Amino acid sequence: MTLIRTTLAAGAAVLALSAAASAQTLIYCSEGSPEGFDPALYTAGTTFDASSRQIYNKLVEFERGTTDIVPGLAESWEVSEDGTSYTFTLRQGVQFHSNDQFTPSREFNADDVIFSFDRQGNEENPYNGYSGGTWEYFNAMSMPDLIESIEKVDDYTVRFNLTRPEAPFIANMAMDFASILSKEYADQLQEAGTPEMLNQAPIGTGPFSFVGYQKDAVIRYSANQDYWKGAAPIDNLVFAITPDASVRYQKLQAGECHVMPYPNPADLDAMESDENVNLMSQEGLNVGYLAYNTQVEPFDQVEVRKALNMAIDKQAIIDVVFQGAGTAAKNPIPPTIWSYNDEVEDDPYDPEAARQMLEEAGVTDLSMEIWAMPVQRPYNPNARRMAELLQEDFSQVGVDVEIVSYEWGEYLERSKAEDREGAVLLGWTGDNGDPDNFLAVLLGCDSVGGSNRAQWCHEPFQELIEEAKVTSEQSERAELYREAQVVFKEQAPWATIAHSVVFEPIRPEVQDYKIDPFGGHIFYGVSLAE
Amino acid sequence: MLRFVLSRLLTFVPTFIGVTIVSFAFIRLLPGDPITLLAGERGIGEERYNELAAQFGFDQPMWRQYLDYLFGIFQGDLGTSFVTKRPVLDEFLALFPATLELSICAILLAVLLGIPAGVIAAVNRGKFFDQALMTTALVGYSMPIFWWALLLIIVFSSGLGWTPVSGRMSLMYFIEGPTGFMLIDSLLSGQEGAFRSALAHLILPTIVLATIPLAVIARQTRSAMLEVLGEDYVRTARAKGLAPLRVNGLHALRNAMIPVVTVIGLSVGTLLAGAILTETIFSWPGIGKWMVDSIFRRDYQAVQGGLLIIAVIVMIVNLTVDILYGAINPKIRNR
Repeated sequence: MTLIRTTLAAGAAVLALSAAASAQTLIYCSEGSPEGFDPALYTAGTTFDASSRQIYNKLVEFERGTTDIVPGLAESWEVSEDGTSYTFTLRQGVQFHSNDQFTPSREFNADDVIFSFDRQGNEENPYNGYSGGTWEYFNAMSMPDLIESIEKVDDYTVRFNLTRPEAPFIANMAMDFASILSKEYADQLQEAGTPEMLNQAPIGTGPFSFVGYQKDAVIRYSANQDYWKGAAPIDNLVFAITPDASVRYQKLQAGECHVMPYPNPADLDAMESDENVNLMSQEGLNVGYLAYNTQVEPFDQVEVRKALNMAIDKQAIIDVVFQGAGTAAKNPIPPTIWSYNDEVEDDPYDPEAARQMLEEAGVTDLSMEIWAMPVQRPYNPNARRMAELLQEDFSQVGVDVEIVSYEWGEYLERSKAEDREGAVLLGWTGDNGDPDNFLAVLLGCDSVGGSNRAQWCHEPFQELIEEAKVTSEQSERAELYREAQVVFKEQAPWATIAHSVVFEPIRPEVQDYKIDPFGGHIFYGVSLAE
Repeated sequence: MLRFVLSRLLTFVPTFIGVTIVSFAFIRLLPGDPITLLAGERGIGEERYNELAAQFGFDQPMWRQYLDYLFGIFQGDLGTSFVTKRPVLDEFLALFPATLELSICAILLAVLLGIPAGVIAAVNRGKFFDQALMTTALVGYSMPIFWWALLLIIVFSSGLGWTPVSGRMSLMYFIEGPTGFMLIDSLLSGQEGAFRSALAHLILPTIVLATIPLAVIARQTRSAMLEVLGEDYVRTARAKGLAPLRVNGLHALRNAMIPVVTVIGLSVGTLLAGAILTETIFSWPGIGKWMVDSIFRRDYQAVQGGLLIIAVIVMIVNLTVDILYGAINPKIRNR
């Protein structure tokens, strides 16, 4: 009798397993826990991976694997002649997900769009203060100053009126904070007195619907069978939260997950030769740089900055600091962004010529500070080591370097000062894939004393980026930005150092996975080979 | 006895106040403020900064912030995390059972192996057993947790495939509540194989977390036993012709237990500290990882709340140990 029971139980287990096998489940060993599931409340990529990139859609979206804008919940859009009004025509027949508490009674429409933005900017909106909402990205992208009003023209037409023409606006609409939530769900929660469930039990229109989250352990999703672009090839998506990179690799090898982010640089060689792993790579959407203070002598002279740039052995930095997980940068924007000017020539590494240029500029016995960040960033995994290499390089041309550092918050604050001594190591990761997000934010005249650490305000450059900002035709904008990169290179306010290379180890059975240039992890369109 | 318990309880009050001050001050003494850190390279305008500071109460004078914190504690409110925007107490309670389950397993393992090992070493003083056990204990005590854990994973999980690499439960099962202890919940769920899976996931982290307390307990037991074995009453017991097991087990060990109990009580603090590394490596969803993240983000509320609860737990355990001594040993009670 016992034997029969055991056999039956074993049989049932096998059946359960085979049922699980025919339903395809993709397991992603994510690096950390999401802060919540309402993407507009947060700024961390880990949170976006778990929320906006699987559960929600935006009006416009980035084509998977690129920074190109394609229609999302808006089928099309029109920009007015003066560039201050954007009219979106919404897609019809789109359904929101349902869960235990909520079943949508209507399809997605203009009310959902207006709700999703209104709550971020309008203090009267009941959801403005929910979950301690501070709407960081909405504010950081200057939406409160930019959006004058949002009009519902009809159920499937929404118009955004802007206070000024701003071409990058359309790229902003593809960002995570611009995810579209269900107004009907929000109203129902509001009535039930549980508004914070909007952040904990998310409802979206995206390719995966939320099933459950065990804090710091697992997030579960299932494919949205009614997805307007067609159901995902996989049936279930699981995030197994695994903070340690070496352990993620062990899990990948053991087949306990299919995709892992952020491998240890030290493991890359082993992964390369591992038959259980397919190692994908792409340049990250970032740039690491050394910003001179162009307002302080002798760095106000172009020749001095140029000479120092020529003294830097970038390849050594890539090898030592990035351990190969980086590429030398010649432009202030990474190659994955449209308008990247590949014709620009980088300053050659030539210490002899550099020394001569410094002499000709009348600069001898120069001593300077180089600031090294106290934290690891994708664009600079070890700033201290990088500063030491620069110190060595500069000593070759007779420049004496002292390395300084501060606590991270302090570092960011102090490096903004216009009269700051020394050159600062820093970098930037793009938000919306628009060149303006690099060139204006980091090098525009308005940012001097702020995020423009070179304190560089150069009229010919400024004119180009200002014109590009009010031009809505992308090909015209690209031309202007390409020219701006030439001006930048001539003027050398920074030494552009590197773009990181993002590595994504995946299992060989994973098909059609694409690295997201924004550093996200997107699983719609990915399938598993039998 | 009652007076003794009361006097110990009275010392609890100033310690508690002290802990609130330390937990409040600790994170604020670190350089860097949470708003600037949250903004990162992107930076933040002055107006917006002030708005946020006001929203989270950072603009209030220190004494005022401290009083708010203290007042909140007595209402059972530890504030709201600056990062996740959720109540600190909720976050803590969601994660704590995992840490507790792991810690209990680790301390059980450490006690069940450590005390017999110490006794055996003491009885065989200077012989092979003693030296082998004490060398092993020393190695265990000195082993970097990170390295030790990875070594075990590489050998037993990736190499032999005996145990899962990390996590608390196989992804095939979805078990939530009611107790938060996976061993119990998996049994209650009635799902085939769930308990086995929970147990398998516990093995390596338990071994790693138990290693240091195990070494400490074994060494402490050995030295306490050696001291007691030299006492007159043990010689008397032997002279009476009692069996060695009875002498060592009943007469000697019982008296040697007092310092050992102290060490076990103190290990609770060590365990919670060790849990931080162990949890990170094994992706164990407990409070260790959460505290580390909170410190890096300067999440004031989460850090001060988490520290406070952990400190109170350690205090309660030590208070219990104190009272237990009183029960075991009248000399302490009357001192």
